[in-house]
Amino acid sequence: MTLSTQELLDGILEGEHRALARAITKIENRQDGYRDIVSGLYEHTGDADVIGITGSPGAGKSTLVDKVAKAYRDRGLTVGIVAIDPSSPYTGGAVLGDRIRMASNVGDMDVFFRSMSARGSLGGLSTATADAVKALDAFGKDKVIIETVGAGQNEIDIVQAADTVVVLVPPGSGDNVQMLKAGILEIADVFAVNKADMDGADRTVQELEEMVHMDDGHVSVAAGHHGMGVDTEVDMPEKGNESEETIEPWETPVLETVATTGDGVDEFLDTLQAHADWLDDTGQIQAKRRQRTAEEIRTLLREDAGALVEGEIDEHGGVDALAERVLDGETDPYTIADEVLDPVAACLEREN
Amino acid sequence: MSQSQEERSIRCLVAKVGLDGHDRGAHVIARAFRDAGFEVIYSGLHKAPDEIVQAAVQEDVDVIGISILSGAHNTLVPKVIEGLKEYDAFEDTLILVGGVVPDEDKAHLKELGVAEVFGPGTSMEQTIEFVRENAPER
Ligand code: B12
Ligand SMILES: Nc1nc2c(ncn2[C@@H]2O[C@H](COP(=O)(O)OP(=O)(O)O)[C@@H](O)[C@H]2O)c(=O)[nH]1
Ligand SMILES: [Mg+2]
Repeated sequence: MTLSTQELLDGILEGEHRALARAITKIENRQDGYRDIVSGLYEHTGDADVIGITGSPGAGKSTLVDKVAKAYRDRGLTVGIVAIDPSSPYTGGAVLGDRIRMASNVGDMDVFFRSMSARGSLGGLSTATADAVKALDAFGKDKVIIETVGAGQNEIDIVQAADTVVVLVPPGSGDNVQMLKAGILEIADVFAVNKADMDGADRTVQELEEMVHMDDGHVSVAAGHHGMGVDTEVDMPEKGNESEETIEPWETPVLETVATTGDGVDEFLDTLQAHADWLDDTGQIQAKRRQRTAEEIRTLLREDAGALVEGEIDEHGGVDALAERVLDGETDPYTIADEVLDPVAACLEREN
Repeated sequence: MSQSQEERSIRCLVAKVGLDGHDRGAHVIARAFRDAGFEVIYSGLHKAPDEIVQAAVQEDVDVIGISILSGAHNTLVPKVIEGLKEYDAFEDTLILVGGVVPDEDKAHLKELGVAEVFGPGTSMEQTIEFVRENAPER
């Protein structure tokens, strides 16, 4: 049974789980029609709060996500989750182990949990994740959570599909905290020291707090999250002449949680809400979404342009043949790049 | 514009249902599937049929492999199949059963819609080959 794009779209908007699941598969596989699906869903997105949770493997992310989802359900909210696990670089296969922790929401279809593998070509993963989040958003989920392993730049890109980014830090990870300084600090809106039932939690909290305060001086309010050259001016909706009024900056809180028991989860949710409110009140949500959308457009164009160029390379006999010509001393990579791209550039040339 | 950037991968749910605590076989199979390049979601132990259905639907798996060594296959497998039907997920999902199933029960399971039953000692190659050949076209 193959569902058409239109059937999938209708199904999603009517709340059919099967259609949502199949649409995410198409998005993940970049199967024919996935673009039409995402395009069709777009106008129905924007209502969900998107929360990203990252942190080293074993930090307790999945366990916490399970408890958080349950707590949202208790508050009458629906939840979508995308959990990303690494895949084997050799076979492309993966055992996606996050779902196993989803013990508190059994049989509750209003928690939609989807495991995703970080497949070979990491380039597309952040796009696929962002698109899967949109499907969950359009489906009508109130909260969408992204869980990802906190390693490397790709992960940072993925988690930035979220409005609020949580970095989970297990106790006693003094080295970890040092490591965090490289890159993770800028993206964290909330720190949670999970496994607070274990020794060393207090010290880790203290270290993180020191780090946050040290950084106070130069966290830019607007873009905050690595600026990507997008203008960092702050939008102040409906503030008119008083635009000199300064925005109360968001100070990254450091919380303690015990995901296994659920201790600290209520406070955690309140903090997420506080951040969502802050984003709304300051207009930061617009700035953030504009920046994110700009990046999406760029990524998409880069991919499409890349695909066009691949086609041109094939026209020229394939990249191996081209490389061979360079090795034979016939030509050089720059000349080849010009040869391949000149016709494209000629098409694009405008009269100025 | 629609570039052909398709990347497909066979998705499998390896499921343990009921009180059955024998999980070695399920682990072995999960690992073998991973090494064959499949994406495997392992359910964990002691799941209710409902949970398996929930996972299969949400994860949109191509294959559900139910591992049962407890002897309860005749009650648990039909429940999973019923649940799949409820979500329109029965027809295009390959359903396998593995573990200890007496020969006389196999025919009945196949009538219900199980594609194949794999008992102790089945070779991994055979199992993987079967999945590759029979995973639904979508
Ligand atoms: C090891 C074992 C145990 C271990 C389990 C350890 C563990 N964590 O798994 C322990 C000691 C804990 C145990 C306990 C019990 N066991 Co026991 N156990 C076995 C034994 C000897 C081997 C099972 C095994 O691990 N085999 C190795 C694995 C790799 O093989 P496998 O599981 O069969 O998997 C292969 C295939 O079946 C297939 N497969 C399996 N799953 C899947 C899934 C998919 C998708 C696919 C494609 C294929 C597939 O592929 C695998 C590789 O070839 C079997 C006897 C036997 N020879 O099967 C009895 C057996 C399963 N146990 C049995 C019993 C009765 C029990 C107990 C009830 C005993 C008791 N009275 O306490 C308890 C129950 C425990 C519980 N909570 O469920 C009976 C079940 C009888 C029945 N079905 O009618 C058996 C058959 C022994 C017997 N002949 O009586 N057991
Ligand atoms: N003691 C303790 N263990 C925890 C806590 N949270 C998670 N764990 C355990 O840590 C292990 C890894 O958890 P998991 O959620 O899979 O981590 P993930 O890899 O970050 O998703 C599991 O065995 C959990 O039971 C906690 O707050 N306290
Ligand atoms: Mg996890």
